[in-house]
Amino acid sequence: MFTSLPGVLFDGVAYGSLLFLMSIGLSVTMGLMRFINLAHGAFAMLGGYVCVVGMTRLGVPFLATLPIAFAAAGLAGAVLERILYRRLYRRGPLDQVLFSLGLTLMSVAGATYVWGSGQQPVHLPRFLLGQVRLLGVDLGVYRLFLVALVAAITAALVLLVRKTRFGARIRASVDDPQASAGLGINVTRVFSVTFTLGSGLAGLGGALAIDVLGLDPTFPLKYLVYFLLVVVVGGAGSIAGTLAASLLLGLFDVSGKYYVPAVGAFVIYGLMVVLLLLFPGGLRRGAR
Amino acid sequence: MSNMKTIAAVACAGAALLPAASARAEGTIKVGLVAEFSGPFAGYGKQIQNGIKAYMKQHGDTVAGKKVELVLKDTTGPSPEIAKRLAQDLITHDKVDFIAGFGLTPNALAVAPLATQAKTPMIIMNAASSIITTKSPYVARFSMTLPQVTEPIALWSAKNGIKKVFTIVSDYAPGIDAENAFLKSFSAQGGQVVGSVRVPLRNPDFAPFVQRAKDAKPDAVFIFVPAGEQGIAFVKAFTERGLQKAGIKLIGPGDVVDDDVLEAMGEPTLGIITTHHYSAAHDSPENAAFRKAYAEANGEGTRPNFMAVAGYDGIAAIYEVAKKLEGKMDADRAMEVIKGMKLTSPRGPIQIDPETRDIVQTVYVRRVERVKGGLYNVEFDKFPDVKDPGKTAP
Amino acid sequence: MSAAAAVRLPDRRWHPAEIAFWLGLLAVVFVFPGHLVLGSQVLITGLFALSLDLILGYAGIVSLGHAAMFGAGAYTAGLLARHGWGEPLSGLVAAAAVGAAIAWGTSFIAVRGGDLTRLMVTLGIGLMLYEAANQAARVTGGVDGLSDMAVRDLLGVFPFDLRGRTAYVYSLAVLFAVFLACRRIVRSPFGLSLRGIRDGARRMPALGSPVRHRLIAIYTVAGAIAGIAGALLAQTTQFVGLEVLGFSRSADLLIMLVLGGAGWLYGGLIGAALFMIAQNQLSSVNPVYWQFWLGLLLVAMVFVARGGVVGAMASARERLLGRAAR
Repeated sequence: MFTSLPGVLFDGVAYGSLLFLMSIGLSVTMGLMRFINLAHGAFAMLGGYVCVVGMTRLGVPFLATLPIAFAAAGLAGAVLERILYRRLYRRGPLDQVLFSLGLTLMSVAGATYVWGSGQQPVHLPRFLLGQVRLLGVDLGVYRLFLVALVAAITAALVLLVRKTRFGARIRASVDDPQASAGLGINVTRVFSVTFTLGSGLAGLGGALAIDVLGLDPTFPLKYLVYFLLVVVVGGAGSIAGTLAASLLLGLFDVSGKYYVPAVGAFVIYGLMVVLLLLFPGGLRRGAR
Repeated sequence: MSNMKTIAAVACAGAALLPAASARAEGTIKVGLVAEFSGPFAGYGKQIQNGIKAYMKQHGDTVAGKKVELVLKDTTGPSPEIAKRLAQDLITHDKVDFIAGFGLTPNALAVAPLATQAKTPMIIMNAASSIITTKSPYVARFSMTLPQVTEPIALWSAKNGIKKVFTIVSDYAPGIDAENAFLKSFSAQGGQVVGSVRVPLRNPDFAPFVQRAKDAKPDAVFIFVPAGEQGIAFVKAFTERGLQKAGIKLIGPGDVVDDDVLEAMGEPTLGIITTHHYSAAHDSPENAAFRKAYAEANGEGTRPNFMAVAGYDGIAAIYEVAKKLEGKMDADRAMEVIKGMKLTSPRGPIQIDPETRDIVQTVYVRRVERVKGGLYNVEFDKFPDVKDPGKTAP
Repeated sequence: MSAAAAVRLPDRRWHPAEIAFWLGLLAVVFVFPGHLVLGSQVLITGLFALSLDLILGYAGIVSLGHAAMFGAGAYTAGLLARHGWGEPLSGLVAAAAVGAAIAWGTSFIAVRGGDLTRLMVTLGIGLMLYEAANQAARVTGGVDGLSDMAVRDLLGVFPFDLRGRTAYVYSLAVLFAVFLACRRIVRSPFGLSLRGIRDGARRMPALGSPVRHRLIAIYTVAGAIAGIAGALLAQTTQFVGLEVLGFSRSADLLIMLVLGGAGWLYGGLIGAALFMIAQNQLSSVNPVYWQFWLGLLLVAMVFVARGGVVGAMASARERLLGRAAR
């Protein structure tokens, strides 16, 4: 049992990384902008389809499709923010839920129309396949790749929000839009850019997740629960909280499934409920 | 509060939107197709409908002087109350002669009592739980049952040097049926199941389960998960963990290598051995003609799967009934024609068991290979005339 | 919820339009005899939405797991009918009890924290119950569903017919009875205190209102009603599928209530009717892509009808009367 532990822990971290990549975009829009964007999965799906179409029809290498997926989803986010989302920032959360779910339904039908209802082929390049042996443990190469990306994205986001002028503007605009506008910050523009960033991250997460999760038009609805789970447990808007929640949920889920498969299905939801009861404002705020 | 008046007006206006009753045309045979056309199981409805289209492409839309008319209804997924409502609507309102389709068991089970109540023949084109045909004398099945395609893999494995098997199934009724069917037949043949896990239905990551299987060091892993992303995720994890390289075979009923997703799953599927009743690569003139009509009706490069062939055979049976009854539709006489009906299907010879109204068919052993640039399940052995073991067992 | 801040009650006396509304529902039996199955399912979903309105519209508890109680009620009625207790009315009572028990048992964790916490905790409870019902396939039938229900004739006289006439009238009668009770509850001092909690939970304890107890009480009542709705669906369909506990049932319910307007009692009924009739119509026109049009409807409604159908009508009326209070 204990010989399997290092491998299980690594799988847990890798699964947690996947959860993080899928959810970090939502954490940005929902936490920084206080917009309950249940259409997050639609942006992720767009990133996924861009990646697949790029690889299979246009022959773009997998790694090159990732920035394209980020850009495409970000662009879609920017356009939709301009036309629709912007008008709903001041509306109640229920209106936002209704709107974004409506948008999700439209995206599901739209994707069915364009790409059909079937599963899309996702074939990784050879160098990301298989396993390598490190310190006596077999580690999946793609999983290592995901873990590394998570570290990179986390570092970049933390730097962006904490250290740059733009980050300071975001924080100011979120805390007090009126005062920020008075200080000469173009709040509308800051929100636009933030939303674009969140959508772009969603697209990137989608492109990275489809190898494990598969891709069909119901993607945005199928994984909605997972996005919400991570973001709410982590405390919306907190990058560190989202990371902690992803890793914790990933570790418990994988080890639960390995060691006690009979209750494997309950672990992730049970843990979520317990964590929320202990830290009602999310891990970030709870730890303060 | 005049708003309440408006409420009432809206309610009435909403109701007025409902379609007016349409009279049943004399010269038609109406078939109500209740299936999953949207949601996560949208592929089921599409394949069934495409199979039907292929048949009608080959044979025209008239039979015995009557025009065959399809009425499509979307159950949106496993929603028995919607399926039942749609069937009720088709029977009382559209006055259909047959209800057909049914990708998922709960939808079929909810409608079956209605078939008896309204005396309307019900043609099952996919749903695979054994009990469905026992729920109404007006139900006949043209697809398969899960034990029917699962037992042969146990028999084949036991005869072909596989001694120790680890089973992985989805944790829901069909998965447990598959696990039991395999365990029973495989043990009876002297094989040993060295471990079993049941995977939650909502499960994006198979790594921990595959790792358990690998740690148990079996000769083969038996897998049953619903066709779709679960199969893809499983096979990827199986390859990534190097089980193939360790010489562990992957076996199971054919759902995991469904023709509809096989290309999307890609190379890692090579060498998977499954038993199933239909492969798009089945070698017969009937199948060649079917593939041709299917591509003509649904677009170049499309590939039928086992649901499409069940749709094809189901509508073929309806045509047969219409011919025998010379267009004069009657539920009891229709069921008499269906009982014992024999067809040469694209999958090979099939027959409807007169006792159970369930299908009797050949189950093939297949291996995934690359054929003419595509991945196919290539048949290399077969078990003829397999009945549903779920019913022959006491 | 912001729109619900301006909630007004149904008046003490019945407004003629309300009477017309209910008579209209009764008239459906004679005007649209061919659509009573859909009609009964709309009424049942409306009843379910009414129960969500009690906790969301009046007490401000957001839930994405309301199907837990609905499903529990459905399985209660289903299991009773399968094992020989096919009398419908007592089945409803049993389902209400089970729905209330589950709601009460989970209320201690479901009414804590902020909106998002509640949303996810209720969601988690719902998903775990779904999984539990799936694993208990010996009892519930799992994903294959619970069939072979023998529901007896209503009151020993009216069999459940193919056209759904009995089902419709039965559902309407139960809906109306429950609605009367709800109308009383929200106008009682208890109901008023709930709205106080919703609009400013912090100051209510200062006024001597035991917030937690009130929330638990209303959550339990809503659970009982959801249980009744589930039982009605089980009895009229004579089948219980695992999806009675599904996440999408809870999510659709929330959509319907917001669409109709939360905090009016009528919002859920209208939202359910609008959503289900739209779905039925759109999907029969286009079985594959209807979700697009339904999604478009939802998006459009957010922009056109603030506060849901009922909320928008109320504000339109205020504007017309020149009392643009907001």
